[in-house]
Amino acid sequence: MAYKRQIDRLPIIPADAKKHNVTCHYCIVGCGYHAYTWPVNKQGGTAPADNAFGADLSKQQDANADAWYSPSMYNIVKQNGKDVHIVIKPDAECSVNSGLGSIRGARMAENRFSPARMTQQQRLTDPMVWRYGQMHPTSWDDALDLVARVTAAVVKERGEDGLVVSMFDHGGSAGGYENTWGTGKLYFGAMKVKNVRIHNRPAYNSEVHGTRDMGIGELNNCYEDAELTDTIFLVGANSLETQTNYFLNHWVPNLRGSTIEKKKAQMPDEPHAAARIVIVDPRRTVTVNACEVEAGKDNVLHLALNSGTDLALFNALFTYIADKGWVDKALIEQHTLREATTRPPLYPARGIADSNPGHLSSFEDAVAGNHMSIEDAAKITGLKPEDIVKAAEWIAMPKEGGKRRRTMVAYEKGVIWGNDNYRTNGALVNIALATGNVGQMGGGCVRLGGHQEGYVRPSDAHVGRPATYVDRLLISGQGGIHHIWACDHYKTTLNADEFKRIYKKRTDMVKDAMSTVTWGDRAGMVEAIMAAVRQGGLFSVDIDIVPSKIGQASHVWLPAAESGEMNLTSMNGERRMRLVERYMDPPGNAKPDCLIAAGLAQNMERVLREAGNGSYADQFKGFDWKTEEDAFMDGYHQHASGGKFVTYDALRAMGNNGFQEPATSLHDGKIVGTKRVYSDGNFSTDDGKARFMDAPWRGLQAPGKEAQKTKFKYLINNGRANQIWQNAFLDQDNDFVMDRWPYPFIEMNPADMADLGVNEGDLVEVFNDEGATQAMVYPTGTAKKGETFMLFAFPTGVQGNVVNAGVNELILPNYKQTWANIRKLADKPAAVAHLTFKSKEYAAG
Amino acid sequence: MKRCMNLVDTGRRQFLRGGAAAAVGVAAGAGLRSEAKAAPALARVSYPSMRLANIADLKFNEPFEVAYPDGAAPGVLLKLGKAVEGGAGSDGDIVGFTTICPHKGFPLAYSPGDQTFNCPGHYSRFDVEAGGMQVWGHATQNLPQYVLRVDDKGDIYAEGVDELLYGRLSNVL
Repeated sequence: MAYKRQIDRLPIIPADAKKHNVTCHYCIVGCGYHAYTWPVNKQGGTAPADNAFGADLSKQQDANADAWYSPSMYNIVKQNGKDVHIVIKPDAECSVNSGLGSIRGARMAENRFSPARMTQQQRLTDPMVWRYGQMHPTSWDDALDLVARVTAAVVKERGEDGLVVSMFDHGGSAGGYENTWGTGKLYFGAMKVKNVRIHNRPAYNSEVHGTRDMGIGELNNCYEDAELTDTIFLVGANSLETQTNYFLNHWVPNLRGSTIEKKKAQMPDEPHAAARIVIVDPRRTVTVNACEVEAGKDNVLHLALNSGTDLALFNALFTYIADKGWVDKALIEQHTLREATTRPPLYPARGIADSNPGHLSSFEDAVAGNHMSIEDAAKITGLKPEDIVKAAEWIAMPKEGGKRRRTMVAYEKGVIWGNDNYRTNGALVNIALATGNVGQMGGGCVRLGGHQEGYVRPSDAHVGRPATYVDRLLISGQGGIHHIWACDHYKTTLNADEFKRIYKKRTDMVKDAMSTVTWGDRAGMVEAIMAAVRQGGLFSVDIDIVPSKIGQASHVWLPAAESGEMNLTSMNGERRMRLVERYMDPPGNAKPDCLIAAGLAQNMERVLREAGNGSYADQFKGFDWKTEEDAFMDGYHQHASGGKFVTYDALRAMGNNGFQEPATSLHDGKIVGTKRVYSDGNFSTDDGKARFMDAPWRGLQAPGKEAQKTKFKYLINNGRANQIWQNAFLDQDNDFVMDRWPYPFIEMNPADMADLGVNEGDLVEVFNDEGATQAMVYPTGTAKKGETFMLFAFPTGVQGNVVNAGVNELILPNYKQTWANIRKLADKPAAVAHLTFKSKEYAAG
Repeated sequence: MKRCMNLVDTGRRQFLRGGAAAAVGVAAGAGLRSEAKAAPALARVSYPSMRLANIADLKFNEPFEVAYPDGAAPGVLLKLGKAVEGGAGSDGDIVGFTTICPHKGFPLAYSPGDQTFNCPGHYSRFDVEAGGMQVWGHATQNLPQYVLRVDDKGDIYAEGVDELLYGRLSNVL
């Protein structure tokens, strides 16, 4: 049977419950919620005066009711050491989600640490160290002393390049401006660590260098633009699943035609209709289906291109649009670079350097360099020529009366983790820029985003570009100590099989060495560790909220707090910044990352001074923060653009609608923000003029891809499912989710299943020359033959095991273009027997 | 009195322990506080045993509209033609479900082609052959299913629900 909680009633929120502002800590959208808490021995009643809603709860509530919450929105947690009831429910007044809760966010309460109700008991409550052959708890002082001494010893022998750091750069969850500043100040301020990477990629780089180099920051519009646009041009994203309430609350109304009055009011001098949508994705997703349901099939154009051929498509669209003259000539003339720049010597194969794999130039230069006929593009992409033309018309053909068509260009991991990231990104931005859609109402050229953002750090210029390929560095035996901040390479990296094999070997050497020394002998312990490091061993420190998969190899775990267990600020995909107010205690002795970084800095200072290295010790001053707010004031308030207007008090007053970054002033105590960026045509380049990218098609760009495609039978396309947040670090302990997906699904065409002799739910091995992994067969009639889609980054079957090590010039991984063979492992296991394998597509009754 | 206090403590400990017991605890605690009440409140809501139909009323794969546990809670009975887990009757193929989507309370539509409930609000889907498992969607619960009993005469009674119904904080109002 399907998982059922057997809950038949819930405690009622009393009228005097405490109410905290909460932004969901999962995806980029950042839906507004409220956390209500009240003493465990109290409860509200059904009479309007007795509950927080002022509603008569003895009656059935209507659809979209504010006065209802599901069992997943309820828990009992610790607040100031006492048990309290908690309900975390969507905020109907938040402009982002208008009361909608996604299958991720609406489980926030259920995914809180609760000793009373035994939820998330996997959370780390104490620093843990490798002692007597396993991980055991210890004090913060003890753990930080060991980490500081080993770090100092490695740096003394090898310099700061001996320290390898993996650190998150995101908002939400355990990220946020407080924590990126804490880690950033430590590694980029006190130190200048160069061997550093981010949570989801093997280097410290941008996922969207292309658009940034052209002078266009990747989050430049507002969610309302999706309500105002004529056409949504969606590339490589499955927004119904991964930006759920942005799609439901802002795209669907426009696709249904219910925002036409709003369009007329805001843009009165042009004709308006319901939006159309062009979707570029090799796979038919639930997003495609939902768009067809809402807009009608005639208004949805799904371009199911050959995997990895987006660049050819974009160049053909750009060529066609330019030929037709459907471009914003005034904008090009006034706000973009007008003189062509000299083409690099190895053009078109290479850029001027590996740091710039495209050629930044003028509109005319890009038109010439990117020239791609509709027919050639059709051959490469596998699309019908007339569909490419239709897409160009929907995107750029002027409206009745010659008015410029408004198109919102939105993209995500399909191109970011796809073939030739830099050029593909640039070629897409070319289209938006040429058609005048950046900075304008109903426009924008934006990445849709995965997690929220919350980045404020000292300069990373010393890291260089291209940045170090950190995974390769670790695999090749370099680095003596590894600090990991909420990254789990075992689940979320490429070439993961080899990475795990080597990483285990290197860290085991240190574990064995540690087991030869008694714990009380600190000097002997550090020396034993260093001796192993000199032999090729690696000392691993994992700062996380749960024992991660890579943490299995670590020698020290430091327990971190999450959003809601600390005050935490982030911004969403329209740069909307909010403060999540602390509503519960962190588990046990866990602390916010910023305060862990501060503790580490203080210990470094002490240990270095003790060793007589006073001048280096002095670099670790300035971490005397008592609270996360101190870190916020030291970081965001002083260093972010417009940060001087932003304080916790001001944010609290702005509630769940916050403001859109950057802040520009304070007016009557309210922070004034920026609805759209680049409305004035002043772009993010030294001269304020945007660049076009001359970026010709060059096939599958990353090393090893073409050979893999030739050798192996099935495309192992991969990505997310709406139920699961990130790599399931919390959901792996959530009964509702793990009941549905005990193993990662792999969507397969029934004909492929017949070829392989597998049935729904069977476990299959996915294997190639890089490694192997497992998945559960999900029959999918709409899947193209030979093209599968596997759930990414799942703990019971890691897709990254079969992704090869090839990256682009800027060390961006290419997860999407992966080919492998498939064979049966076993009939469906018991945990799978009760599952449904019906189509995921909604069918009107 | 001492004994009564012990009971209060026991109730509270139960309450703190968790899962389904949390809801249980509230019910018990609420009752115990009003000592004037003659009978102590029960651990769970008391579901009515309600005759919803006779087997003869059901046609294969056609939803038979009912309401349970009261008139404000619409649902259906379905005869699926094959035994399923949780299925009642001699063929084990009769199931009953709420027809309000547990995501945002929109009315579900039955799709006889693949025996699923579909929500026109936000496209969630539930499989009636798999205990109401959400095939795909936004709800954080699978679809609440009725506990059914069929008597000798073929009368079908609903006697419970296995998840919280949308729009009410107690399944029995």
